[in-house]
Amino acid sequence: MREFRYEKAIDPAGAVALLTGEPEGAYLGGGTNLVDLMRLGVATPDVLVDVRQLTSTEVEDLPDGGLRIGAAVPNADLAAEPRVRERYPLLAQALLAGASGQLRNRATTGGNLLQRTRCTYFTDTTMPCNKRDAGSGCGAVEGLHRNLAVLGATHEGPTSPHTCIATHPSDMVVALRALDASVRVLGADGERTVPIAELHRLPGDDPARDTTLAHGELITAIDVPALPWATRSRYRKVRDRASYAFALVSVAAALDLDGSTVRDVRIALGGVAHKPWRATVAEDALRGGPATEAAFAAAAEAELAAAAPLADNAFKVPMATNMITRTLVQLAEARA
Amino acid sequence: MDTQITLRVDGADRPLTVDTRTSLLDAMRERLGATSAKKGCDHGQCGACTVLLDGRRVNSCLVLAVTAEGQEVTTSDGLAADGPHRLHETFVDHDAYQCGYCTPGQITSAAGVLAEAAQGWPSAVTEDLVADRTDLTDAEIRERMSGNLCRCAAYANIVPAVAQVAVEQGVRA
Repeated sequence: MREFRYEKAIDPAGAVALLTGEPEGAYLGGGTNLVDLMRLGVATPDVLVDVRQLTSTEVEDLPDGGLRIGAAVPNADLAAEPRVRERYPLLAQALLAGASGQLRNRATTGGNLLQRTRCTYFTDTTMPCNKRDAGSGCGAVEGLHRNLAVLGATHEGPTSPHTCIATHPSDMVVALRALDASVRVLGADGERTVPIAELHRLPGDDPARDTTLAHGELITAIDVPALPWATRSRYRKVRDRASYAFALVSVAAALDLDGSTVRDVRIALGGVAHKPWRATVAEDALRGGPATEAAFAAAAEAELAAAAPLADNAFKVPMATNMITRTLVQLAEARA
Repeated sequence: MDTQITLRVDGADRPLTVDTRTSLLDAMRERLGATSAKKGCDHGQCGACTVLLDGRRVNSCLVLAVTAEGQEVTTSDGLAADGPHRLHETFVDHDAYQCGYCTPGQITSAAGVLAEAAQGWPSAVTEDLVADRTDLTDAEIRERMSGNLCRCAAYANIVPAVAQVAVEQGVRA
């Protein structure tokens, strides 16, 4: 592990000032991803600015009925928060589906958002990886990619500097994407709000970058807007074992019915792309239409029409289609 | 880069100088002679290093020692400060280990599970998310303990060992 200086600031602005002046530094939250990546030699910061106790650990009510989640709220506490369990079941379920009890106790909300988009080649410094070592190529595209992206990936072959098929492993962020959350960010020039849709990025021609944040910007809170019909929502995750594994495919969905018609719907997918994937094609196809299994399946198939799977992850396409369909059927039945 | 810190491990303040790269696990094991927590994977995947940090279970391999200053670290040894914890006794009664390497992590993790259940925390297998009471069924124990691996596969005996204490503490029907 590279040597680093450990710094604490007295407030968030102080932390931003500290890190802005340290181009190779990093913020330390719970450390559950960063410390591991440092030990593996994948992350090599020369300064750590500890922000775990700097931002809020509170969940506050917003005037519109939504919630403001302090960036330092541990994942476990957020999952247990009664207002989250009551208003946004899909978010509580997503949090509980992630990692282990030990990791959820330590990991923060802001840190969960900023865990690295990754794959096993990213964490293996002996392998080529455009995300870890820009321009080195991609070992996964012709190697082990069973659990990697089928939507929005760049695959131009193993030697291209653009190829990246890594997935964002967070469960929480899939639910936040379905809920249209926004992220409050403090930078050297002040505060700004980033819609969660714009926080994470697809690999495009720069797979090294996971997010749109600039160096030194600090997430201070996450706002979840009110969505009264999210009381009927669900997060489903399919994985290789029953617990403590990343998603093969996950679905966060909420359904609002007017009789047997879909008044509104939210669908986001995990495990399929470089960022949480909002299924807007499926949502648009469903809004105003019948809440039937056939309509759900047709919408899911329309969403997955853009999928470009590789040899060993093609199973994710029917899996995602089936999971969207099944989750919406369950929500429709729960509504009746 | 060396830094002076004081760790509070199992009730005792322990001043020491550590390189900032040192994990809480290595500081305890290599510097303080506190070898209750074990090093398995060193990546947060096996749970052998689980300790209670201010009462919450965490993987001590992923906690940098410098960040643990001022916090109360409790290992499985520390749970026995006033004689065996009930979990120690039920693990013996139920033969809930074979080689024993993962056991201190299983014990501290189970202590964390019991505390979380007492606070009404749900899990991924909890049917009623808004229930204010937790019933630590076998399925709940398996899910909540999934961050602790046992390569001897003593799981079949770990579950009843935890379940017995859960009954005694009123978090299992």
